[in-house]
Amino acid sequence: MYKTHLGHQSYDFKTLRNLMAKASPPRSGDYLAGVAAGNNLERVAAQWVLADVPLKQFLNEALVPYELDEVTRLIIDGHDSGAFETISHLTVGDFRNWLLSEHATAETLTAIVPGLMPEMVAAVSKIMRIQDLILAAKKCRVITRFRGTIGLENRLSTRLQPNHPTDNPAGVAASLLDGLLYGCGDAVIGINPASDNLEATLRLLHMLDDVIERYQIPTQSCVLAHVTMTLKAIGQGAPVDLVFQSIAGTQKANDSFGINLNLLNEAHHAALDLKRGTLGGNCMYFETGQGSALSANAHEGLDQQTCEVRAYAVARKFKPLLVNTVVGFIGPEYLYDGKQIIRAGLEDHFCGKLLGLPMGCDVCYTNHAEADQDDMDMLLTAFAAAGGTFIMGVPGADDVMLNYQSTSFHDALYVRQVLGLRPAPEFEQWLQQHHIFNADNQLLQQPEAPALFKASLQKLIGIR
Amino acid sequence: MSKDDRSEIAQDPWSNLTQFTSARIALGRTGMSLPTRACLELQLAHALARDAVHIPLDFAGLAQRLNRLGYQSQTLQSQAENQTVYLQRPDLGRLLSASALDCLLRTAPIPADAVVVVADGLSSKAIENHAEPFLSLLLPHLEANGYKLPPVCLVKHGRVAIGDAIAEFYKARLCIILIGERPGLSSPDSMGIYYTYQAKSGISTDADRNCISNIHGNGLGYGQALKKLLFLINASEKLGFSGVNLKDETTDTALENQQQANFLLD
Repeated sequence: MYKTHLGHQSYDFKTLRNLMAKASPPRSGDYLAGVAAGNNLERVAAQWVLADVPLKQFLNEALVPYELDEVTRLIIDGHDSGAFETISHLTVGDFRNWLLSEHATAETLTAIVPGLMPEMVAAVSKIMRIQDLILAAKKCRVITRFRGTIGLENRLSTRLQPNHPTDNPAGVAASLLDGLLYGCGDAVIGINPASDNLEATLRLLHMLDDVIERYQIPTQSCVLAHVTMTLKAIGQGAPVDLVFQSIAGTQKANDSFGINLNLLNEAHHAALDLKRGTLGGNCMYFETGQGSALSANAHEGLDQQTCEVRAYAVARKFKPLLVNTVVGFIGPEYLYDGKQIIRAGLEDHFCGKLLGLPMGCDVCYTNHAEADQDDMDMLLTAFAAAGGTFIMGVPGADDVMLNYQSTSFHDALYVRQVLGLRPAPEFEQWLQQHHIFNADNQLLQQPEAPALFKASLQKLIGIR
Repeated sequence: MSKDDRSEIAQDPWSNLTQFTSARIALGRTGMSLPTRACLELQLAHALARDAVHIPLDFAGLAQRLNRLGYQSQTLQSQAENQTVYLQRPDLGRLLSASALDCLLRTAPIPADAVVVVADGLSSKAIENHAEPFLSLLLPHLEANGYKLPPVCLVKHGRVAIGDAIAEFYKARLCIILIGERPGLSSPDSMGIYYTYQAKSGISTDADRNCISNIHGNGLGYGQALKKLLFLINASEKLGFSGVNLKDETTDTALENQQQANFLLD
C-alpha cells in the first residue's frame, strides 16, 4: 500500500508506523531505536509516499493497537468527526498546503483542533521545512489563564526557574528575586525540587505562595514534583497552584513514569477543587520531550517525534495552563547536535500549537551534546518568531541543580527586544507599576533596587 | 579580568544575594544583554564541562582506594566499548559485556542481600571525588546491619540499569548504584545514587527506582545522602517495593538550619 519508485529503486513501506518513522528527518534517537530510514533516498521516498496518504487513513490504521494502549484509546475515542470535516478530504501533502494557505487562520485552525489526531499532525510536520513550521504555528492562537493571561498575540511569557542544588530557601529566593528584577516569571515560578521529599515540597510550595501573596505578583507557582507527591501535598492542605507532571505518548512510557490517565484526572480535579486561579481554571503544567518513550523502552516501534505528539493528546485532555517541550535535555542519544535540537524544538511547538496547546520550549542542551550557546540563540529566535508561548528563565542560562544550559533572563530580554514581544498583560502592568520595566518594557536604569524589594535587600547589607 | 570597565555596564544593586547561591545571578547588563565578562565566563565553564565528559575514570586507582578501606572490588565493562558509543547507545550501557559476565561467573556467586555498583556515567570526576568517601560511610553501615555483600562492582561506561543485571546475578534484594551525573557548568563533579528494591534486568523501570542526586561540594553532603538512602532501604524492606510510591520522608536538617535565611519573607 505504501509504495513508490525513485529512479531504479522501489520502496515498499509495510505499515503506516514504519512509513512515518522512515519519513522522519534524521535524529539519533530513531537510529538508536532502529526505525530510521537507512539513507537519504529512503527518507525522501517515505516522505513522497506519506504526502499521498489521506488524513482519513489515520482513523483506520492505529499506530499502536487500540486494545493495548490507553493513549490510542484516548485519541480515537476523543476524535470529533464534525470538526474533522473541513480537512477530511485532504492528504498529508494537501494538509501542508492548506496550513500554509490563506484558508488556515486563527479561527479555522481553532475549529479543527478536536478533529485532529496527533498522528496526522506528526505526519504533516515531517514534510514541512523549518519556515513552514514557523509560519503555520504563528497562525495558531492558544490562550490560557490562571492569575494571568498566557498566549496573547505578540506576547512571550517566561517560566522563572530558580532551582537550587539543595532546595535552600534563601538560595531559591536569591534566584527568584534576580529573575523578577529582570522581568521574568509571568508563565509560572516553577522550581524543580532537588529531592523527592514531601517536607521539602511542602516548604517550597508555602514559600512560593508567600512570595506571590506578599508582593502581589500576578503569576502562579509550581513545584515540579511527581504528581503523586503533589496529591499528597494537596492532601496536607498545601497551596498548590499548578499540578506538574512529565508525560509521554504511550501507555507503557507513562507506566514507567508511574502515571496513567486516571491518576492525572484525579490530580486535575484535586487542583480544580482548590479554585486558586483568579482569571481562569487552567491548572496543569506538563513537560514532554522527544526520546522519553524510547528511554523507557516503551516507544512501541514508533519514531520519537510521533511518540512526542501523541503525548500532546494526553496533555490536551486536561486543559493545561502550560506545556513545555524540554527539547535538548534528554541528551545526544536522542538529539545529537544543535541542528537536531533546533528542528525538534520547532516541530514540537508547531505540533502542540496545532493541537491547541499552550506550547513553551525549554531551549536547552546538555554538556555531552554537540551544541553550544549559538545553537540555542538560533532556536530561541526561531521559536519566538513562530509565536512560542513561553521559554525558561534561568540565571545566566546555567541551571545549577539540573546541570544543563537553558535560556537566561537576558535571553528573554534579547528576544523580546528583537521581535517586539511583551510579557503577559497582568505581569507587564506589575513590572511597570513597580518600576522594574519602563512603559516600553525596557529595564529601568536605576542605582537602587525597586522600592518593593528595598526593605528585603536592605536587611542583607553587611551580612556578607 | 577587567573586560567591563566601561560606563555602558549597569551593575545590579542586589549583588549581595550571590552569598546564597552558586547560580549566576546579579550579572549586570549592557543594554539588556550580558556584559562581556559574564559572557566569556559562561564560554569558559562550558569548555571545562565538555572536557569533563571525556576524561576517563582511573578504575585501578579507585579499586586501590577501596582496598585500603578493606573492601574488595571487581571492575566490569558494559557493552559500550568506548565513550563515543556510550554517549549514543544507552542500551549498550545498560548491558554487561561478555567478559564482565565471565568475570562474574568465575567468582563463585554467593547469594547476597545487597549489591553496590559504581559506574563512571557522564562524569568521571564525580566518582573520583565522591565514591570512596561515600562508600567509607555506607559499606560499614550495611555490614553492621547484617547485609551480605559481594565485592563492589566498578562498571566502565555503565548506565543506571546495569545494576539490575548485577543484582539479579547475586540474587540480591537491594541494588545501590553510584553514578557520575551529567556535568553542569557549576558542578562538573555531581554524583547520583539510584536505589532499586528487587531489581530485575529488563523489567525494572525508572518508576521502580529512587534517586538521590546532586552529591557534590556545593550540593548534598555524604551524611545527608546516607541518611536518605538508609531511609529508602528500611522503608522498602517493610513495604516490599521501591520507586515512585516510596517517598523520602526524612527530615532535612540542612533545610531547617537555613530556614531563617529567607530574606524575601522575614
